[in-house]
Amino acid sequence: MTALLEVRNATKVFGGERLFRKRAGMIALNDFSLTVEESPPSITAIVGESGSGKTTLARLLLGVAEPTSGSVLYKGKELSGLSRENRVQFLRDVQVIFQDPYEVYNPFYKVDHVLETPIRKFGLAKNGQSHRELMEETLNAVGLRPEETLGRHPHQLSGGQRQRIMVARALLIQPRLIIADEPVSMVDASLRATILESLRQLHQKFAISMLYITHDLTTAYQISHNIIVLYRGEVTEIGDVDLVVKNPLHPYTQLLIQSIPSPDTSHAWKREEIVVDAAAPKSVNGCKFADRCPHVMDICRKENPPLFRTDDLRAAACFLYKDRPKIDSADTGSLMVSPPVATVAAA
Amino acid sequence: MTFRLTQPCDCLSCGQADIDLSSGTETESSDSVIPKGEAQLLQSGASNFQRLEHLLKPALLEIDELRVHYHTSRGAVQAVNGVSFEIRAGERFGLVGESGSGKSTVALALLRMIRPPGKIESGRMLLNGVDLLGLNDEEMRQTRLANVALVAQGAMNSLNPVAKVRGQLRDGLRDHGVQLSNRAFDDRVNELLDSVGLRREVGDMYPHELSGGMKQRVCIAIAISLRPKLIIADEPTSALDVVVQRQVMNTLLKVQEELSASILLIGHDMGLMAQVVDRVGIMYAGNFSEVSNVTELFASPLHPYSQLLIGSLPSLDHKGSFQGIPGLPPSLLNRPVGCAFRSRCPKAFDRCSVEEPPLLEVQPERRVSCHLY
Repeated sequence: MTALLEVRNATKVFGGERLFRKRAGMIALNDFSLTVEESPPSITAIVGESGSGKTTLARLLLGVAEPTSGSVLYKGKELSGLSRENRVQFLRDVQVIFQDPYEVYNPFYKVDHVLETPIRKFGLAKNGQSHRELMEETLNAVGLRPEETLGRHPHQLSGGQRQRIMVARALLIQPRLIIADEPVSMVDASLRATILESLRQLHQKFAISMLYITHDLTTAYQISHNIIVLYRGEVTEIGDVDLVVKNPLHPYTQLLIQSIPSPDTSHAWKREEIVVDAAAPKSVNGCKFADRCPHVMDICRKENPPLFRTDDLRAAACFLYKDRPKIDSADTGSLMVSPPVATVAAA
Repeated sequence: MTFRLTQPCDCLSCGQADIDLSSGTETESSDSVIPKGEAQLLQSGASNFQRLEHLLKPALLEIDELRVHYHTSRGAVQAVNGVSFEIRAGERFGLVGESGSGKSTVALALLRMIRPPGKIESGRMLLNGVDLLGLNDEEMRQTRLANVALVAQGAMNSLNPVAKVRGQLRDGLRDHGVQLSNRAFDDRVNELLDSVGLRREVGDMYPHELSGGMKQRVCIAIAISLRPKLIIADEPTSALDVVVQRQVMNTLLKVQEELSASILLIGHDMGLMAQVVDRVGIMYAGNFSEVSNVTELFASPLHPYSQLLIGSLPSLDHKGSFQGIPGLPPSLLNRPVGCAFRSRCPKAFDRCSVEEPPLLEVQPERRVSCHLY
């Protein structure tokens, strides 16, 4: 069976070659592989700080950007070379939710517009009656009351409402995969929960896979089955979300998890200084995290660590685990848990 | 070592500091008292004694019945509607609420930077006994930075892109009447950069050469340049990653301890509040729903809104479904009669729609505005 969407050893470099002189480019994503199967549906979180390459990955997956090397395949076909027919199918199957619910709307149109357009373009409704019903149905599915949202302009709605309309729009087309790029980072904490809950329900009810791109490990842990932690374009840790969050192995993941401000006042933040130096030499060779790593060894500065399979369902790119078997980035699909359908329904 | 308490601070060095409004400069004498080893004390499992000592501290800031309205063509938006609270010397006070709850308006009002159509309708804001609303514009301008400093939300946008960091730090000092030789200015700037953990070379860089966290630390350096007694931090880390957020907050807390200043931290991240502040005021629709000590608030929230807010926080300890708060906050244009939260409140009863609950002290150090109590 071919995967719905597959990234094979993709590398994206920005900058670099100029007209006459060559410069080292900025490697936004390095040798990244990811497979999203159509079924069983799963939620995979992609976590990293800004500049870690997570949005670049989303752009590659959407076909908005092309990888410098490697390939992105939709049902086994190269994304950039899709025929018109396949392209339409791709747009139906893969939908995106962007970060900022304030900027995605055209302020001159009513919010109906963002729902009407896909219905019209994809011919989802036969007549005006079913058109309206379809819109109301989808709005209800994301927990919005149609009478409170339809016919309004974006500025009349709250950020949470706008973001849920975006979720509704993605749902309308009944995609197989939703790529959510930081969908809740711009909304309030109380709405965050509501939006994530509607995303999770879409996953359960309509069996839609999701890529949840975020810098927030807490929500990633709550919503996803698998997690990929990125640091400066490299995968640092990948695998089952419970393993990674409960017992992080890579020093970067450990730092990330320690830094989450816990709402539990008895889990006090450690006040030690964290090494960070943005101007640190960006060594081409060696581990990207070496300059900040508390466990740095000589080898870290010389070689880029490959992924070591530390558990059945997890791998970490760190020489601390060099006695474990290496795993090629193209084989990381075997680390991914696909939730059995039964537990999905029960969850 | 179950919770982090307020740091002890020497009463002589804080709270009683003289404000010299005519010159706007801080006397050098207060510079000499820098409480040392506070971090260790913090870590050593502070005793109840320290906590009580803190409660006896005089109030640095007292806000009384503050009302700020924005006058629009459709009527007055009652953004802040009779807010009262006090911040004690050396205390970290958190102001939480969803967007539109009026928390940033309180901060702007404190700096008297509300612009038309906004207007401070009534209230009193005493900083070290001086009524900020009674100052004229020039006096207020001198008070800003010298006594109340702001660390704004978007560090990216609050620095001048065409000026070097050193110059921007110097500007604030000079504008507030600090007269030093060039070399002394440089030393002062270097000191400030040191205190926020930046290398001195950063002084000769432009903002675009710095990362978000570094820019925010430059902003902190500017904010503390005149050793203010109150630092207002309006969502200082909302645009930053968790690791950088932790660094910036650590920096802010470190300089706060060195200055024995108070902090007013504004934000909607309850997790951050739990980690950083001593007391929290939860704002809803322009008013406090609960003001409480942070440990007790998280252990047993009293107001239904606080309960829902804390319940909606995702945790790393256990997985569960997300519990959002249904409904939306009311329009502040036509304030509903009665409790503002009643339409979303699971425990609302008849009285809530008739009478607005007052903010009452139901437990020592805990005030709640809810008819349940």
